Amino acid sequence: PTSAAFTVRASSYADELVKTAKTVASPGRGILAMDESNATCGKRLASIGLENTEANRQAYRTLLVSAPGLGDYISGAILFEETLYQSTIDGKKMVDVLVEQKIVPGIKVDKGLVPLPGSNNESWCQGLDGLSSRTAAYYQQGARFAKWRTVVSIPNGPSALAVKEAAWGLARYAAISQDSGLVPIVEPEILLDGDHGIDRTFEVAQKVWAEVFFYLAENNVMFEGILLKPSMVTPGAECKDKATPQKVADYTLKLLHRRIPPAVPGIMFLSGGQSEVEATLNLNAMNQSPNPWHVSFSYARALQNTCLKTWGGRPENVKAAQDSLLVRAKANSLAQLGKYTGEGESEEAKKGMFVKGYVY
Amino acid sequence: DELAKNAAYIGTPGKGILAADESTGTIGKRLASINVENVEENRRALRELLFTAPGALQFISGVIFFEETLYQKTASGKLFVDVLKESGVLPGIKVDTGTVVLNGTNDETFTQGLDGLAQRCLKYYEAGARFAKWRAVLKIGTIEPTELAIQENANGLAMYSAICQQCGLVPIVEPEILVDGPHDINKCAAVTERVLAACYKALNDHHVMLEGTLLKPNMVTPGSDSPKVAPEVIAEHTVRALQRTVPPAVPAVVFLSGGQSEEEATINLNAMNKLKTKKPWSLSFSFGRALQQSTLKAWVGKAENVAKAQEAFLVRCKANSEATLGTYKGDAKLGEGAAESLHVKDYKY
Repeated sequence: PTSAAFTVRASSYADELVKTAKTVASPGRGILAMDESNATCGKRLASIGLENTEANRQAYRTLLVSAPGLGDYISGAILFEETLYQSTIDGKKMVDVLVEQKIVPGIKVDKGLVPLPGSNNESWCQGLDGLSSRTAAYYQQGARFAKWRTVVSIPNGPSALAVKEAAWGLARYAAISQDSGLVPIVEPEILLDGDHGIDRTFEVAQKVWAEVFFYLAENNVMFEGILLKPSMVTPGAECKDKATPQKVADYTLKLLHRRIPPAVPGIMFLSGGQSEVEATLNLNAMNQSPNPWHVSFSYARALQNTCLKTWGGRPENVKAAQDSLLVRAKANSLAQLGKYTGEGESEEAKKGMFVKGYVY
Repeated sequence: DELAKNAAYIGTPGKGILAADESTGTIGKRLASINVENVEENRRALRELLFTAPGALQFISGVIFFEETLYQKTASGKLFVDVLKESGVLPGIKVDTGTVVLNGTNDETFTQGLDGLAQRCLKYYEAGARFAKWRAVLKIGTIEPTELAIQENANGLAMYSAICQQCGLVPIVEPEILVDGPHDINKCAAVTERVLAACYKALNDHHVMLEGTLLKPNMVTPGSDSPKVAPEVIAEHTVRALQRTVPPAVPAVVFLSGGQSEEEATINLNAMNKLKTKKPWSLSFSFGRALQQSTLKAWVGKAENVAKAQEAFLVRCKANSEATLGTYKGDAKLGEGAAESLHVKDYKY
């Protein structure tokens, strides 16, 4: 070779990516993950006795995006493809409602997990085929950030192969997304399943994040224009020793300090089966002193659970349901600022939502 | 815990490292430049001049020794390590044994020194050393640095670091990308980011505890054959490269001067500390030539010049201390040679 290409990670969207990432990572705000696939959304609807029809999905998502003042606490909303192209029940485009609420629309772009051949019954994440044109189309439709969720399983190893594949897939997706003007949320979820202790989770998380950042760099991804969506460092769901929010915070912050370059603007934690209150308490514990990156939330179940149950599918319950969504959004907003006090939380909100072998 | 404590101490704002670890061959070149014979007594006298300079050590958190110096004493019989300890300065030790050409490359190198490293580190710890240094070298060319050179040097740094930590020494990780060449600052930035990413991957794979390490990188500058840029531009490119590659767990980044003049190195460090941006590690210095040049010129090997030389040394120490705080006003009394470039093409250390 007569010369080697060394880029400084500039693309035509560089400035916009940085701006979008900063907007989503703004103080006191976090992400509402509402990108459940149709199948998964079906499970949610079934839990309140509703049929999995497009109309019901539309009604539920309308309820969520129209909650008044949601944008005070929510900076971004991740949508499933159907929702990105949908209108609310009163005929406005979902993305337009979000933008009016000052919420940046995002889009799930992965195509789900499938078995990884040659591994120890582990999975890998699909979705790279045609990703370039899909992300370009999503940008046209109003999306400004993307999300791709891959998983790593501790009871199954994880094998070096699974970790490498997870990290490399994320890096490829991130590079392609940035090229199309979408800020990639990088999500390698280390599943809660298992009876391992918190030290084992920490060990695996260190390895996973080292791989992720190395491959992101290899793919010339611009770190000022990404967001992370990690799992907190906790014991496995079936571990006998529970960890206090302080312990979760200490371990998680240590991991972040050891693996996350300061150029990354925001770290938006997933809740992964924690109860609504647990997820809020843990986030609050992590924000008791300043961090080099915005440390916030990207919650689905931990924001929607009580809201969904309150709605129960009935139009007359919409306002009450929206109020309960706002209650959780506000609590997590306070947690992002390190000011959450936990007063007045309901029993429902404290219920764990871990499902063994959870298929998303 | 001791490792993290010592690493953090070295990065104390207002302090930095004096790199006085020139090998016998290299110090010979320095002495030759002021017409002083390269004998042990002269080497000892130079180092004594530096370590006993009145008021200088308050600005120094660590001194890197060459092996010979670790066991040397002042004229009145006090061990250099004790002189340092009394002033709260940590002794460090160069542990690599130099570079060797990588087969099949166009003069790229890797660094030797792993054989018997553990035993040597334990010995150095006993003698009072609390940190170590290992210099890996990379260069920018049409196809350089190659993947092989990056991997080999990153791996060497990681192995050395892991062994040091096992022996109680804080490893300084030094991947120097030489300034030689006609490339612009963007090329230097891209290469620096690539190299640092590979280094931290290797350190992580070797389970090195980042809280107990220090980084000694080059600043991001245009190549030596390329037009100069303002200190603010150097500062922005350098800090951005660090933000993209250095996890906050690393307590301090101690820059090498790599051929910049004394004043240049200080001004660039100052510009970095003035930048208003995310900097979770402290930014300081680990200077050899850029701390000693005007001192050497004032001394020229004569006992009657010692006080004058020590004053020159104090001036540079104080200036760099202010640079770590972003308060240097560029008003240091410039000794002879302070503004002189110290670049030597294809510098062999």
